[in-house]
Amino acid sequence: MRPSGDKIAQYIFLAIACSAIASLLLIALFIFKEGLPFILRYGPVNFLTSSQWDPSQEQFGIYPMIVASIWITIGAMLIGAPLGVAGAVFLTEFVPRPVMRIVKPTIELLAGIPSVVYGFIGVIVLAPLIRAHLGGTGLSVLSAAVILGIMVLPTVISISVDAISAVPNSFREGALALGATRWQAVRMVVLKAARSGILASIILAMGRAVGETMAVIMVAGNTIRVPHSVLEPVRTMTAHIAMEMSAAVGLHRQALFATGVVLFIVVMILNAMAMTVMRQKARR
Amino acid sequence: MRIHPRRTQALAVTLLGAATLLTLAVLVFIIVFVLNKGLPGVTWKFLTGYPEEMGRAGGIFPFVIGSILLPLLALAIALPLGVGTAVYLCEYTRETRMTRAIRFGTDCLAGIPSIIFGLFGLVFFVILLHMGWSLLSGGLTLAIMVLPTIIRTSEEALRAVPQAYREVSCSMGATRWETVHRVVLPNALPGIVTGVMLSVGRCIGETAAVMFTAGSAESGIPTSAFDSVRTLAVHFYLLATEGISSANAYATAAVLVISVLLVNMTAYWIMNAFIRRRAR
Repeated sequence: MRPSGDKIAQYIFLAIACSAIASLLLIALFIFKEGLPFILRYGPVNFLTSSQWDPSQEQFGIYPMIVASIWITIGAMLIGAPLGVAGAVFLTEFVPRPVMRIVKPTIELLAGIPSVVYGFIGVIVLAPLIRAHLGGTGLSVLSAAVILGIMVLPTVISISVDAISAVPNSFREGALALGATRWQAVRMVVLKAARSGILASIILAMGRAVGETMAVIMVAGNTIRVPHSVLEPVRTMTAHIAMEMSAAVGLHRQALFATGVVLFIVVMILNAMAMTVMRQKARR
Repeated sequence: MRIHPRRTQALAVTLLGAATLLTLAVLVFIIVFVLNKGLPGVTWKFLTGYPEEMGRAGGIFPFVIGSILLPLLALAIALPLGVGTAVYLCEYTRETRMTRAIRFGTDCLAGIPSIIFGLFGLVFFVILLHMGWSLLSGGLTLAIMVLPTIIRTSEEALRAVPQAYREVSCSMGATRWETVHRVVLPNALPGIVTGVMLSVGRCIGETAAVMFTAGSAESGIPTSAFDSVRTLAVHFYLLATEGISSANAYATAAVLVISVLLVNMTAYWIMNAFIRRRAR
């Protein structure tokens, strides 16, 4: 009796273990089912490269939203990646361990601050600053990039710290024994060894930045237009879906799901890249 | 001219330190700013009162209840699935193609943006399964969203249980299942609880996925799983973007931030206690 009971338990656990893959497939299936037929019918090139978005005229081009998402993501990385990696290097290499053990969880705690709160800070504090000193309305590519850059800091720092900490101490000692200063050891040896983990942290942060919705809706201004400067208001793909979904029917709704398909594919590619980079590290 | 390495070292350390301080300063500023502006408005009456005039006056009681019920429901669904997956991965199998696929799926799921979860919840739970904008639709959607977190933290917790515990249990004639639920799971419990708390924190702060699935109507306290709910995060978003009341928006933000920080701090506290006990 007993062994067979154990066998049953094993099958039950196997079934449960498939829940994550099942959810993933279900999500992909339903997003594609709602969005893909539209893309094929409307023409992928037209959908991706046209700047005309006017549901009443059945014009569905998401080029401005794609450009906005790219600009804001790149801006967020220009701010978040250097700050985050610098913080991670400082915390692991130039600060006593006990201090790092307090500071790292504190920064990770802040990853829990809801995105609506970040967005609110962007509207209340950052946008007026930009309006006063740089011009424009303040709700712009720049403010969205700054807010997203701050939001991804915990991701970059946390994963980079893990990657840098995983570099064996003998690497550092070897460099120091050859007469390198601490910074030379870090720059020439430790950072090279931790390169793939740091890269993975930045790619994962990019995925988060592309997918962020609420904070961007609040600070980016939401005008459908291809931006010519970072001070102009824009609407990202995520904001586009969230803002128009509630009122959308028919083709309009399908076009929004099609935007979701584009977003889904972009995020999956970024995730796959991060995973590949991490796996290369593990193999080495 | 060549700069002395000790100079570059001093310069590098200064810059890196400045970057770290800037990061901390920004993050601390956000919290202090929100609490400073919002805390004066957080009174007992505000927490337990009903909203009046669309939230312009009155309290946030129904939304507090929404923000408690929704994560509870999500966790009630995600916890058995997540821990079960972790048990399968750690206790019932070796590294196979199947486990690699499960891990890959979990990692992919973790990277999906919340707006996509919202879209999926909308077509699948709300429309296809006729659940409507409800506590149930929202709970199921959030459950899928936090599943990767639960799986990962539980797996780490299970792996941290010493192999000798399992060997002793099996040598006394226990089956694998008895070993898992009498020996391994109790020892991994603190680690699992950490994952649960982190997930609760994420559910409380989530807005996009919740608006699409649980609705945003201001409909009082839900009496069944098919009632629509508005959470604190959604309420705050509406207050802030529709310019309804900045005083109440600040106070709601303060409640939101405090609850998320408390939940996350509890998670880290439990994890630290767990690690310290393991180290002994």
